[in-house]
Amino acid sequence: MTTTDEIAVGDLLRLATAGSVDDGKSTLVGRLLHDTSAVMPDQLEAVRLASRNRGLAETDLALLTDGLRAEREQGITIDVAYRYFATAKRRFILADTPGHVQYTRNMVTGASTAELAVILVDARHGFVEQTGRHTVVSALLRVPHLALAVNKMDLVGYAEEAFAEIAEEFAEYARKLGVPDVVAIPMSALCGDNVVEPSVNMTWYAGPTLLEHLETVATVGEPEATRLPVQYVIRATDFRGYAGQLASGLLRVGDPVVVSPAGHRTRITGIEVGGVPVDEAFAPQSVVVRVADAVDVARGDLITPVSTMPTATDRLMMVGCQLASRPLRTGDRVLLRHTTRTVRAFVEAIDERLDVHSLSTDSPMDTLYTNEIGLVSIRCSEPVAVDPYEFNRHCGAVLLIDEASGDTLTAGMVGVPPWWP
Amino acid sequence: MHILREVAAEFERPVLLFSGGKDSTLMLHLARKAFLPAPIPFQLLHVDTGHNFPETLDFRDRMVDRFGVRLLVADVQSYIDAGDLRERADGTRNPLQTLPLLRAIEANKFDAVLGGGRRDEEKARAKERVFSLRDDFGQWDPRRQRPELWRLYNGRHRPGEHMRVFPLSNWTELDVWDYIRAEDIELPSLYYTHRRTVFLRDGMWLAPGSWGGPGDGESVQERMVRYRTVGDMSCTGAVDSPASSVDEVIAEIAASRVTERGSSRADDRMSEAAMEDRKREGYF
Ligand SMILES: Nc1nc2c(ncn2[C@@H]2O[C@H](COP(=O)(O)OP(=O)(O)O)[C@@H](O)[C@H]2O)c(=O)[nH]1
Ligand SMILES: [Mg+2]
Repeated sequence: MTTTDEIAVGDLLRLATAGSVDDGKSTLVGRLLHDTSAVMPDQLEAVRLASRNRGLAETDLALLTDGLRAEREQGITIDVAYRYFATAKRRFILADTPGHVQYTRNMVTGASTAELAVILVDARHGFVEQTGRHTVVSALLRVPHLALAVNKMDLVGYAEEAFAEIAEEFAEYARKLGVPDVVAIPMSALCGDNVVEPSVNMTWYAGPTLLEHLETVATVGEPEATRLPVQYVIRATDFRGYAGQLASGLLRVGDPVVVSPAGHRTRITGIEVGGVPVDEAFAPQSVVVRVADAVDVARGDLITPVSTMPTATDRLMMVGCQLASRPLRTGDRVLLRHTTRTVRAFVEAIDERLDVHSLSTDSPMDTLYTNEIGLVSIRCSEPVAVDPYEFNRHCGAVLLIDEASGDTLTAGMVGVPPWWP
Repeated sequence: MHILREVAAEFERPVLLFSGGKDSTLMLHLARKAFLPAPIPFQLLHVDTGHNFPETLDFRDRMVDRFGVRLLVADVQSYIDAGDLRERADGTRNPLQTLPLLRAIEANKFDAVLGGGRRDEEKARAKERVFSLRDDFGQWDPRRQRPELWRLYNGRHRPGEHMRVFPLSNWTELDVWDYIRAEDIELPSLYYTHRRTVFLRDGMWLAPGSWGGPGDGESVQERMVRYRTVGDMSCTGAVDSPASSVDEVIAEIAASRVTERGSSRADDRMSEAAMEDRKREGYF
């Protein structure tokens, strides 16, 4: 999502966490940070003091992550927070998302950039409605790896059967949603079993600890078609270059390309990364390219190979998740943001609302309320070169924006996933 | 670079906050690389507390020359002289930066303000957005912040509102130093070991000066120190360190057991919610 392509070193994994209230997410994240030494003694000392002020006997690691004052006062987590930690093998950016029913939107936000999602359940309660919601959201956002953390195993006597039953139900559910990689790990965040250190209480479990899994899961996916959204035109004496961050794929000097949505064909004559000429560049590098012909290229255009050119269309169907507190309604006029392009758009229909628990839909309807997920049909004022989200996570993603307030209203994923009921 | 280019493309009057510290220096380097061979499309703004290290100001002016950018200085001292701000009892001027910053934004109609803040610095920053909307009073409301999905940064704002943008949000202190090493970026000499007269307060080495120090019972001594951040001299502490090169600094940070802010920012230690409060008022 951001500038991490420019950070000098190391393999990077972005992950998101999700769980219902009290499943132990703050404790788990606190332990991950603590046991990977991302927590310094001065922070720990502050948490120790805060724990004591609240009359707690032991240091509550959850306080490491519960940030804003409003949350501390209410004792809940209200927004996505980002944490950073590293091991000798990898660096991690963790999007910590709260688990309340009404905060699907936070999970959608965290999952949009994640390559792995950790979904927590309480071993005593097993696979609950919230678990289904978190799994659906991860699948919808196409997070490639899911890890189910079956927490509080200490409270079920570290019993293998309790774990196996939950793991089975989860695997079945995730399979239906076409998630490519799923694991389940029995753990106790409080006692530290299988978070960083292997559990001595669950010798029946032969799989990786959570951290081992995070360190080894593949971060490079299937090769994807090349997409370069043009961000900015750089002009200098005898120089005209198009700046952008490669959303996917690989670009080489000499490649024949097409500029969408206009459809002009040309050829790449030069690529620079940070001012240095290169022969080829790959996602997610930020580049400047030059092209052979004096074609008209501007912010919002998309440079792609001719062979995998996307279709430019002014009508699209998408799965929408309502982020704003105000609902989206049929007939709304909004702005649609796709990569670097913004166009006017009209909400033609809101057809089906997903029930994330039963995986069924109800229809027809014409309003999408906060945290709801449904099928939205859009007509745009100009064509946009979109991919199905199934095909490209960046070029299949859109935002709907309120023109007057500028608020982000809806997250949209173009197309309908194969498992959609 | 992606974020810097988004700002250049989406805003009419963007400005980059430049203090001469390592984060803003790194941003300046990224900004040059992002727009080559064209010049950097941002002006620079420095809020000068009047208690800046002379080494930093010197470095700031050299960088401005080298990069050929325009620098605006908002001067806390002149606000104090005019009676718009009053010196605090503790002599610290960091909290006084907010007013000059907001006035400069208003007077110059800046619509995007690039800052070097990182989410790893402090708990209240962990939820800060990359694009953080401020109302016409420069205030930050955690409930009005927009969700940020994928790489889609929504820069829309109403007249009078502006966006604070933090391109280094996802960098850690170590990432910053790794990049400084990889790109061989020059920093003020304060970041490396030097001999300095200091006194001990709240477990930090502070430089003596007109802001009140050393007080009774605090005695000065000479030590080999370096700074992990360079801010207002009244509240930025030095750490004992023999590190004289980037490599040595990186080795030191990797082995360090104290956070950057914990070791060197007296103002953040004031209260657990200190940062959150100042942010609401419009502080960075
Ligand atoms: N017995 C036991 N308690 C746990 C475990 N993990 C968390 N808890 C407790 O469950 C409660 C909720 O934990 P917290 O981390 O705040 O949950 P969150 O709401 O998901 O962030 C706290 O009292 C924790 O101490 C665990 O593995 N075993
Ligand atoms: Mg919590």
